[in-house]
Amino acid sequence: MPVIKSIEELKKIRDQAKDAINLRVDNDTKTRVVVGMGTCGIAAGARQVMLAILDELKKRNITNVIVTETGCIGLCQYEPLVDVIQPGQPKVTYVNMNPEKAREVVVKHIINNQVVDEYVVPNI
Amino acid sequence: MEIYRAHVLVCKGTGCVASGSEPIFETFQKEIQKKGLDKEVKVIQTGCLGLCELGPNILIYPEGSYYCQVKAEDVPEIVEEHLLKGRVVQRLLYKEPDSKERYRSLMDIDFYKRQKRIALRNCGVINPEVIEEYIANDGYAALAKVLTEMTPQEVIDEVKKSGLRGRGGGGFPTGMKWQFAANAQGDIKYVVCNADEGDPGAFMDRSILEGDPHSVLEAMTIAGYAIGASEGYIYVRAEYPIAVKRLEIAIEQARDHGLLGKNILGTDFSFDIFLRLGSGAFVCGEETALLASIEGRRGEPRPRPPFPANKGLWGKPTIINNVETYANIPEIILKGADWFSKIGSEKSKGTKVFAVGGKINHTGLVEIPMGTTLREVIFDIGGGIPNNKKFKAVQTGGPSGGCIPAELLDMPIEYDTLIQAGSMMGSGGMIVMDEDTCMVDIAKFFLTFTQEESCGKCPPCRIGTKRMLEILERITNGEGREGDIELLENLAKSIKASALCGLGQTAPNPVLSTLRYFRDEYEAHIRDKKCPAGACKALIHYEIVPEKCKGCGVCTKVCPVQAISGEKRQPHVIDVDKCIKCNSCYDRCPFGAIVKK
Repeated sequence: MPVIKSIEELKKIRDQAKDAINLRVDNDTKTRVVVGMGTCGIAAGARQVMLAILDELKKRNITNVIVTETGCIGLCQYEPLVDVIQPGQPKVTYVNMNPEKAREVVVKHIINNQVVDEYVVPNI
Repeated sequence: MEIYRAHVLVCKGTGCVASGSEPIFETFQKEIQKKGLDKEVKVIQTGCLGLCELGPNILIYPEGSYYCQVKAEDVPEIVEEHLLKGRVVQRLLYKEPDSKERYRSLMDIDFYKRQKRIALRNCGVINPEVIEEYIANDGYAALAKVLTEMTPQEVIDEVKKSGLRGRGGGGFPTGMKWQFAANAQGDIKYVVCNADEGDPGAFMDRSILEGDPHSVLEAMTIAGYAIGASEGYIYVRAEYPIAVKRLEIAIEQARDHGLLGKNILGTDFSFDIFLRLGSGAFVCGEETALLASIEGRRGEPRPRPPFPANKGLWGKPTIINNVETYANIPEIILKGADWFSKIGSEKSKGTKVFAVGGKINHTGLVEIPMGTTLREVIFDIGGGIPNNKKFKAVQTGGPSGGCIPAELLDMPIEYDTLIQAGSMMGSGGMIVMDEDTCMVDIAKFFLTFTQEESCGKCPPCRIGTKRMLEILERITNGEGREGDIELLENLAKSIKASALCGLGQTAPNPVLSTLRYFRDEYEAHIRDKKCPAGACKALIHYEIVPEKCKGCGVCTKVCPVQAISGEKRQPHVIDVDKCIKCNSCYDRCPFGAIVKK
């Protein structure tokens, strides 16, 4: 274990460790990504979609995002569904996700704040 | 580093370990592995969450879902439903006793909503065995601030300004204690932590040591810098094995990280901390007895002055503070004395942790701002009295404290108001009593405790408490005499005035406070040979009310001595000569036909 020799080093450890407990604090100010994990979602590949989202977030070192699951909301035909909810913004629902599209959503919507219109739920 | 989408926090405080959280922790790890979620979901052990009664307690983030009374068999369902499919397991969620609603998040619950957690800030939030988690929550930042930006005197001034008073019982201003030790002449000085928590029913210090041991280490190091000490001792009871283990791990980690030892954080300041285990003598919580015990001598108090600040451990200037007092220090340094002194009431600043127990719905640990009323703690946070019974009194301050009656429920909790009411803050035990509790019996219980724990060094405590106990015993046995009450009062006054240490000086308090508020109960015992609460066995007998008895025969089956007889469907009778007053029939009668008289 490293000996902490200065305040700068203590701060560095704190910043690294903050990510480890980040999930337990201030969760109402973070962006939420909700993956539909009903039977329909799982059958359509929601699990791979979620793993891709987690992987993409990890690769880009993004920690202020919560990834959770939810049950079926009735749009089974359009599964896998992914909701992106940013604080103070209306919910955006993406349909027919796959791992590639999900990665794109992470980059464009979550990081660059641009909704990916072509994947958003159509007016049905 | 790995990013996890969910954290499962399993409480591994003593309460939850006792109700079985260890197998749950292991089952979570196994099940998560089995489902291939181990890269996404992390299982973490944590300290006491406070609602010990409902343990084993589990928290799942990011939702903050709070599952209580979980069994190992429930774990596969939680993993499958909640962690894999995102469906919260409704049936295991916490629900308020008076409503059907189940709460998804811990922070929505009344029990937590009304609390303010400073000393318990990390308990149930971080893994106490991982120093990085403490550092992540600004741990050791206060120490860094002190060592680089503040002079020792500035540290003492900040603590003084905060208005922090000792949380172990006496309520002495912490900053002043530090000032005395800083001013005392001496080449070597010591910092001591009193973790010899002995009051029956009090367990806040244990929970802090188990849930956040680094906060105490950090605060002791700050205190060492403030008074010019280079060594600290934690005197902790050997009956707290989990606390001892976590302290050992924490000290080891702090040394490895250079946060204890030579040249802390690259400065000239060096400080180290050692553990000393107590063997469970109540008197060793008294500071001079505690010091004697650390030195390897018999744990007996000595007269003060000289106070430990001038002549303490091995005759050197020493400060002794309680665990909870220390746990407040890092927050005071980081957020400032002004922030702290705005919390609480005018004369009592900050918060206080109480271990609430007895006849109450939520047995557990609560931290509230000073000045909160007893009613709020007992009814709003504690959930009130179970089984629709009536509140009778609350005992605070442990064996040194007193009983506070229902008329004073709206009294704010402060050091001074409690003393005016004939009780004291003490270390924070809070035992709630309902109408079935006999106040003479309670006084006897506490006096039995102090009498047993009296070290025997001074006669007022050794002999005086024994005589008082004998009088209480004869009163509860129905052999009380006229004049006993006055005799008790006389003895109590003499013992208070002449005992050597706090144990003896406060031992009569439970008797005096019950005499003050419940004198009629004493009189009923002595004159009418009756126990109004129906608790003193010698003074009650059981009867069956013929109008209510349906002759079902349940009582005849549970009676261990065949004292109940009667025809089927006819009212039964109890043979008082045979009855051993075991209460079995009273508990089991489905019609409430059995009464105590």
